[in-house]
Amino acid sequence: MARVIVDVMLKPEILDPQGRAVQGALGRLGLDGVKDVRQGKQFIVDIDGDLEGDRLALMEKLAGELLSNPVIEDFTMRVEA
Amino acid sequence: MIDTVQHAIDDTDHPQPYAELGLKLDEYERIRAILGRRPTSSELAMYSVMWSEHCSYKSSKVHLRQFGEKAPKTDALLVGIGENAGVVDIGDGWAVTFKVESHNHPSYVEPYQGAATGVGGIVRDIISMGARPLAVMDPLRFGPLDAPDTKRVLPGIVAGVGGYGNCLGLPNIGGEVVFDDTYLGNPLVNALCVGSMRHEDIHLASAKGVGNLVVLYGARTGGDGIGGVSVLASETFDADGPAKRPSVQVGDPFMEKLLIEATLEVLHAGLVEGIQDLGGAGISCATSELASNGEGGMHVWLDRVLLRDETLSPEEILMSESQERMCAIVTPENLDAFLQMCRKWDVEAVVIGEVNDSGRLTVDWHGERIVDVPPRTVAHEGPVYERPYHRPSWQDALQADTPDSLPRPADGEQLRATLLNMVGAPNLASKSWVTSQYDRYVLGNTVLAQPEDSGMVRVDEETGRGIAISTDCNGRFAKLDPYAGAQLALAESYRNVVAGGAIPLAVTNCLNFGSPEDPEVMWQFAEATRGLADGCLQLGIPVTGGNVSFYNQTGDTAILPTPVVGVLGVIDDVDRRTPMAWGPDGELIYLLGDSRDEFAGSEWAHHVHGHLGGLPPQVDLERERLLGEILVAGSRDGMLTAAHDVSDGGVAQTLVEMALKSGVGARCWVPDGVEPFVFLFGESAGRAVVVVPRSEELRFTEMCAARQLPAHRIGVVDSGLGADAGYDAGEQVLQFSDQFTVTLAELRQAHEATLPAVLQT
Amino acid sequence: MRIGVVTFPGTLDDQDAARAVTIAGGEPVALWHGDDDLKGVDAVVLPGGFSYGDYLRCGAISRFAPVMSSLIPAAEGGLPVLGICNGFQVLCESHLLPGALTRNDSLHFICRDQRLRIERTDTMWTGDFTDGQEIVVPLKNGEGCYVADERTLDEIEGEGRVIARYLEVNPNGSRRDIAGISNARGNVVGLMPHPEHAVEALTGPSVDGLGFFTSVLTSLVGTR
Repeated sequence: MARVIVDVMLKPEILDPQGRAVQGALGRLGLDGVKDVRQGKQFIVDIDGDLEGDRLALMEKLAGELLSNPVIEDFTMRVEA
Repeated sequence: MIDTVQHAIDDTDHPQPYAELGLKLDEYERIRAILGRRPTSSELAMYSVMWSEHCSYKSSKVHLRQFGEKAPKTDALLVGIGENAGVVDIGDGWAVTFKVESHNHPSYVEPYQGAATGVGGIVRDIISMGARPLAVMDPLRFGPLDAPDTKRVLPGIVAGVGGYGNCLGLPNIGGEVVFDDTYLGNPLVNALCVGSMRHEDIHLASAKGVGNLVVLYGARTGGDGIGGVSVLASETFDADGPAKRPSVQVGDPFMEKLLIEATLEVLHAGLVEGIQDLGGAGISCATSELASNGEGGMHVWLDRVLLRDETLSPEEILMSESQERMCAIVTPENLDAFLQMCRKWDVEAVVIGEVNDSGRLTVDWHGERIVDVPPRTVAHEGPVYERPYHRPSWQDALQADTPDSLPRPADGEQLRATLLNMVGAPNLASKSWVTSQYDRYVLGNTVLAQPEDSGMVRVDEETGRGIAISTDCNGRFAKLDPYAGAQLALAESYRNVVAGGAIPLAVTNCLNFGSPEDPEVMWQFAEATRGLADGCLQLGIPVTGGNVSFYNQTGDTAILPTPVVGVLGVIDDVDRRTPMAWGPDGELIYLLGDSRDEFAGSEWAHHVHGHLGGLPPQVDLERERLLGEILVAGSRDGMLTAAHDVSDGGVAQTLVEMALKSGVGARCWVPDGVEPFVFLFGESAGRAVVVVPRSEELRFTEMCAARQLPAHRIGVVDSGLGADAGYDAGEQVLQFSDQFTVTLAELRQAHEATLPAVLQT
Repeated sequence: MRIGVVTFPGTLDDQDAARAVTIAGGEPVALWHGDDDLKGVDAVVLPGGFSYGDYLRCGAISRFAPVMSSLIPAAEGGLPVLGICNGFQVLCESHLLPGALTRNDSLHFICRDQRLRIERTDTMWTGDFTDGQEIVVPLKNGEGCYVADERTLDEIEGEGRVIARYLEVNPNGSRRDIAGISNARGNVVGLMPHPEHAVEALTGPSVDGLGFFTSVLTSLVGTR
């Protein structure tokens, strides 16, 4: 049993309208000095058996092609035993 | 290190990457001749993007001139071609502006954002004329429905169109969804917007008044789509795709909504002297065009531009295509009021420049001069090419390969099977999987929307004055004969507008073609523009604007020539509109026009036989005009319950759509002298099906006879046919006497299942 | 009767709601999100749209607007409030109504003419309907799936607070086909479909939506 955690964020140069709107709201609600807010998403994938070799490579490939859109998003992936 | 003007003078032989930026050597040398030195890197960026095909229309200009030269005389045109969008008088002091633009290549790279920003761009074009946007429409074209890449791009594009337009609060009232092999790898995403304003509120993009201020407002500038205009729109995709992809523009419809509200407020408050939206080529385009159209000079402090990414270089800032930005010319006295209205809508605004009469566009970056150019040479005096063109070597063979020998259904049973097959063909099937993702109700003025012939909205709630729009193109016809194909697109769009009861006033277009460097593609373009210009002259409706998209091809294979034509019409009172659904039992169904054995380029030849060849249906624009006058008179005088144009799929498709919309069956028959198959599936132009109450029959047929428009009674609405045909008594059926009977339930199933079966996941 | 119509940044159906109020015979009063003054209105409509772009969560940012700081206590005090679509989402985020609205189970935005059954006619916004009346009004949302935990659902069902239910098709996966609910007192109503787009035969699928707007005028006359 392995747990894969994939965090997906818009690439830094890509506009994040959601983050921008949240940033505005934080300011209006009195939190000063908010410089930037970026909103991302997290996938928690539980998989039977060990995740290594080809399966790990496939997971990594799918994280880059399915879970994230390589045109506009970056991802990081970590595996917890 | 910043490349300043002084530096360019001192180090004049410094090699520059003009070719990588898409400029030819002679173009680069012309820039050097204009400036009397090498351009700075910022200047090079500006020229390269403004002289790209997308911005300069350098290959199409010599052909597009016909739209002005052959324009019919009309009082309806308040602002002609050349501005962001033409403006048409629709009466009672109201003016309307409308335009279509392509966002084809960006939508292939990133379907959702490409389509979304396409909608955003065209909406800003409309608000920059001073108009409040009323509605949007999206003509879309894809590869085969079942192709894997179609399943990638279609849902994303549809979601992007909907996601942006819905969030903006603009009803989506029509458009097209077309499938053809040639669009695989090169989908077409065309976006149309229409807006209205009072005559006195028309605003033009010019920087008038020395000393007036240039205000940049809206979203901050980031690294979006840098070089997108020249790279994304001017070059085909290579096999080594992703590495060359520049960053994608991301749309923020919420910001655009605020921008619309803020812009309309400052315009109505009289705080703006000139206005321009920022689209392709961003600040380069806006400043050079505003300066060129106004006093002729402008100075810009580029370091004042509010940035999302502080690391952007001045060249990148000039070329950035960040969305949801506008540029306004404001007098110093009005500046505070302008900024205050922006603040009310949470829109950031900053003064970035000043209008002068120096005849130069100068740009400083932290005190150093980085641009010093005559703005006209950037904006309006780009290169113009007389691209060579010739009739394709294969054209004669294509036209000789007629569909005459294709096997046809021989009896009623086969006709029935053909009908059920045809109504489910991807091009004829219900598009509600797509259109149900679009809000057609918002603003509360939508009178007709898809699947009606045209989209119709009320402009004036007091008087009921409204407009109707349709966009159309059968690219197969255009491939068989681009001249006739463009006129058939015009004719169909015209017919769709008159079917609703509106009087056509003006034309816009979105000309999607392959590479202009291919003389055979260029011939298609030349023929299509000539056909469209001649057709508009004959119908008496001017082209008010449009857009050209070249390089739509995958490898050496160009798309079908696709001159999408949009016709706008006016209706005095939308209460008089003619919908497509027929009314109660006993109403009479008439076919107007002549049915000929015309199957070249038809949906039947395409879907059933995969055949494309022959000559497209005859074009008779005088007949189209007569048909239009009859349909408008029928609407105005209350003689018609319903009307629906006959085009793709023929009379059979028209009758099925009317029956399914109303949910009531009908008994139909084939008029004398026409072969049943030709009657049902032929695609002769100049036809419409109308439904007439019995009380109006005599008046209507006499009008048609007096005007010499053929009118054949082909059926009667009848909800009680089920039992006689061997079904339950309540079953609604479409019966073709002596041929076959089919239930609406079967038709509905066949018509509605196609798209969901492939796209619903 | 003066009916306030609130505009947040990104509100879209405010002019439609105002038009519906006018057609019903009321006087629409524009209320601005940044202003905590309710201008003495007799009732308030929170219209549809994408306030703050629907970013973060639908209605989550609007819930903190100055106008809400006045509206929430007023609603708790009995002021009639109708939240339509995005307005319904704002009411849930404000905890004036239980539950939440999440992404449609189809994952697509959907726009269709929707059949509903009116199940409660003693709220301030539904009094002009008959019990069990079936109506057709437009529905258009991307995040209209009504959810709440089972206990809450049982509770609102038990108290008869489901005011309208989807018929024929559940367009967004809402629990128990719930299209609209009210608070216990019946003055605050949230509805996912759009009655304000069904007030003119010319532009709507019916004029069934008018009943919501005439109802509040009727009940206000009754309470005066």
